[in-house]
Amino acid sequence: MELTVNGNQIQVPNTVKTVAGLLQHFKLHHKVVIVERNAEILEQAKHTETLIFDKDKIELVHFVGGG
Amino acid sequence: MNGRYSRQELFAPIGTEGQAKLRNKHVLIIGAGALGTGSAEMLVRAGIGKISIADRDYVEWSNLQRQQLYTEEEAEQRTPKAIAAKKRLKAINSEVEISCHVMDVSVEELERLVENVDLILDASDNFDIRMIINDISQKHRIPWIYSACVGSYGISYTIIPGETPCLNCLLENVPMGGVTCDTVGIISPAVQMVISFQMSEALKILVEDSLHLRNKLVSFDLWKNHHSSINVDKIKKADCPSCGTDRSYPYLSFSKQTKTAVLCGRDTVQISPSQPMERDLESLDKALSRQQGKVLRNPYLLSFSTAEHRLVIFKDGRVLIHGTKSISEAKTLYHRYLG
Repeated sequence: MELTVNGNQIQVPNTVKTVAGLLQHFKLHHKVVIVERNAEILEQAKHTETLIFDKDKIELVHFVGGG
Repeated sequence: MNGRYSRQELFAPIGTEGQAKLRNKHVLIIGAGALGTGSAEMLVRAGIGKISIADRDYVEWSNLQRQQLYTEEEAEQRTPKAIAAKKRLKAINSEVEISCHVMDVSVEELERLVENVDLILDASDNFDIRMIINDISQKHRIPWIYSACVGSYGISYTIIPGETPCLNCLLENVPMGGVTCDTVGIISPAVQMVISFQMSEALKILVEDSLHLRNKLVSFDLWKNHHSSINVDKIKKADCPSCGTDRSYPYLSFSKQTKTAVLCGRDTVQISPSQPMERDLESLDKALSRQQGKVLRNPYLLSFSTAEHRLVIFKDGRVLIHGTKSISEAKTLYHRYLG
């Protein structure tokens, strides 16, 4: 499956089916992450149920603490 | 008139009118590390009226790679960052009023510090204090700018009470653990990029040009060449305990406050006494000199090194325990040497 993630075209395995799965794929599942799918922002509670499809445009922003 | 702000005044969105507004504004900066020193220098050069800077730490060699106000001498002397920052900032622009505070900021301190403040800049290194800043910002209706960086990654978001979602809407929970400057390091271009995002927004707020605010959560990774900018307006929650209609400011209540903290980027635990106090460093110097270890003292703090740990005891009561990430081990050492 081809996705555009943060502006870059990438291939992810077809085993990645949901937003939560995608976060796991990027090892971001333990972090607080804001996800936008096709210009629509998703609440954290929706990550598990939201499916992703070929050619989706995804923006991922994770929170960090350093300063 | 010596024209020191002429290039900024020539920039049409600021102009002489914006410059005059800037002159009457007061910004509070929480933290004088990488982000705090950079933002403070820009504000002072830009001709802000007043800045207040609060920081609990002192200058170390590992800071000099990116914390732009500090020198080798200050690392050698372990000068408190707020003191060192003020000295350099005064030399850069003597017209600006600079108020520095060597302190660990929590609810009580922040309530005092925000008096007559127009904008709060987050240059801290942990979410405990950010959630407190967030609640204080909502309570007093003062805008603040969340900013953070680690590795080559950075993030920033401008929070305007009554308009944008707040940090509690965005996070839902306080992030625990995660990467820190301690585990993955930090490069200064990431710091400077975050400062640029933060300061552009700060200038817009201070010259009252709210129409041009970014209104997006921005993040980037300079090494991986990523950039992301997303509108998070929809995340604003009507029932948010910090900014919603029935708000309770949960992070201002005592039960939510942390008295011990593991510091970012350091193998260090900080312990703050439950009551405000002033330590007698001279007596401590005498007492600890009799122990197995090395004692160094300046007017602000005392450092006591053993083979494995170093305790840095500040006059305001706080103790930094270097050489451990374990809060319980830190408490043991604290009680062992300080009663």
